[in-house]
Amino acid sequence: MSPTRTMTLNMGPQHPSTHGVLRLVLELDGELVLKCTPHIGYLHTGIEKGLESKRFQQGIPLTDRMDYLAPLSNNLALVLAIEKALGIQPPERGQTIRVLLTELTRIKSHLVWLGTHAMDIGAMSVFLYCFREREAILDLYEMVSGQRMMASYFRVGGLAADLPPGFEDRVQAFLETFPSRLGEYEALLTQNPLWRQRTVGIGVISREHAVAMALSGPNLRACGVSYDVRKAHPYSSYERYQFEVPLGKVGDVYDRYMVRMAEMRQSHGIASQALARLTPGPINVADPKLIPPAKPLLKTSMEALIHHFKLYSEGFHVPAGEVYQPIEAPKGELGAYLVSDGGTRPYRVHFRAPSFVNLQALPRMVEGRLVADVVAVIGSLDIVLGEIDR
Amino acid sequence: MGDPESREEAQAESLVLQRLREQFGPRLLEVKVWRNETTVLLAPQDLVVVCRFLRDDPGLAFDFLSDVTGVDRLMLPESSPRFEVVYHVYSLQYRRRLRLKVRVDEGQAVPTVADLWPTANWHEREVYDVFGVPFDGHPDLRRILLPDDWEGHPLRKDYPVEASPKWWEEEPA
Repeated sequence: MSPTRTMTLNMGPQHPSTHGVLRLVLELDGELVLKCTPHIGYLHTGIEKGLESKRFQQGIPLTDRMDYLAPLSNNLALVLAIEKALGIQPPERGQTIRVLLTELTRIKSHLVWLGTHAMDIGAMSVFLYCFREREAILDLYEMVSGQRMMASYFRVGGLAADLPPGFEDRVQAFLETFPSRLGEYEALLTQNPLWRQRTVGIGVISREHAVAMALSGPNLRACGVSYDVRKAHPYSSYERYQFEVPLGKVGDVYDRYMVRMAEMRQSHGIASQALARLTPGPINVADPKLIPPAKPLLKTSMEALIHHFKLYSEGFHVPAGEVYQPIEAPKGELGAYLVSDGGTRPYRVHFRAPSFVNLQALPRMVEGRLVADVVAVIGSLDIVLGEIDR
Repeated sequence: MGDPESREEAQAESLVLQRLREQFGPRLLEVKVWRNETTVLLAPQDLVVVCRFLRDDPGLAFDFLSDVTGVDRLMLPESSPRFEVVYHVYSLQYRRRLRLKVRVDEGQAVPTVADLWPTANWHEREVYDVFGVPFDGHPDLRRILLPDDWEGHPLRKDYPVEASPKWWEEEPA
């Protein structure tokens, strides 16, 4: 008999349950995971390097590709960081539209999480339902930006364009049907004994360990730690919206599920409030050095022509200094760290990607458990490799 | 930003600075407040002791290390020492954020903070990977985003944005 009885199993990077190109090296004793070593970087695209060579406004489309399930949240982090360095804030309508769309983005991201997570564990039908709802949000994305996924709709100082006619009715229609649909998903899973067997008590992480690993978002809140950037450090006027921060107790896969389900309801509430708050008004800051002039003006105003030319040939300058702007993205605290040397391009941009940090806690959650639990835990962490590898 | 909330925040920030000044005095090499954010520059050898104090002092309780990253200062007016390692620490209890920095030259190591905040492990690996700044005492210092045999550190300012050499042009016709 051979002296060692463990086996090394390579899981990924091409494995449907690793949600992208995550590679795990598992050391197994039968079905028991003794050691789990994540390897990342298969989707490294040099986004931070790329941003350094683009003007401030030009970098926004690159951020869409980080957490590609929540592109507008990424846009928002970068745009807010630049606005913080400039010392400006868009007018109320611009901020309200941003809140409305990022909350829809949160629902959209959580829907993909729910669908894929449930499918990994064997509940196929939930996936099809979730994608039906997500499709409705993608249609809304397309209405405002022309793009279903990589919207790049936010701009420094405001938005790319105002809402198209009929948009509010479409959002209203979505918001009216969504709660009952969410109820259907919960009916399929929450009390389902098969679902509970696969999730309750699996992948537990203690409160202390979660803080030490700097988990954020639903993964941290499932351990009972109430930290939500929207509440702790409101941006985009979040302090004016009524919502609760759902918390879990144990920090297992089931709690993370419950927290995200409750968050979708809260996001629905915030989006409804934002929709009710929409009043006509400007969407962009009134600064011709930042916002291009209206097209007809170019034919009559020399000044507008100059501003237009300067904006597209040189861009705008951001005062020298550094800022860190965190937002509550669907996956957790997404922080944009921006260093400006006073030029028209960022000197350095770094993203504190929540998935990157959350994934680091995976080995601790799965070591000593079964291989099948690895799949459940990865799904419950809700990682996106585009953001991890950047 | 004159609203009362941010003024309160600014006072709380200065409370952190006050505690740090009492404890460490001249070892805080430079303190900057810009856009309501406080930055403290430290010497590499003081980093761990200041971090431990920030984490363990009950009145500060910076228990959450948000982020660690780096900056290559090669193209800045003042470019020596060349690298800057930047820490964003956060207190969940008091809801305060603080930025710490250390500066090192090429080849010089920064002490790890992974034994204070285990989350620093991957962040420091990333800084090592993309800037080539080594960390002393790190439990597992390997490249993280790039392959192990990659040459160079892409986020350095003297690393080209576009890849070269172009391997597809070197193929025989």
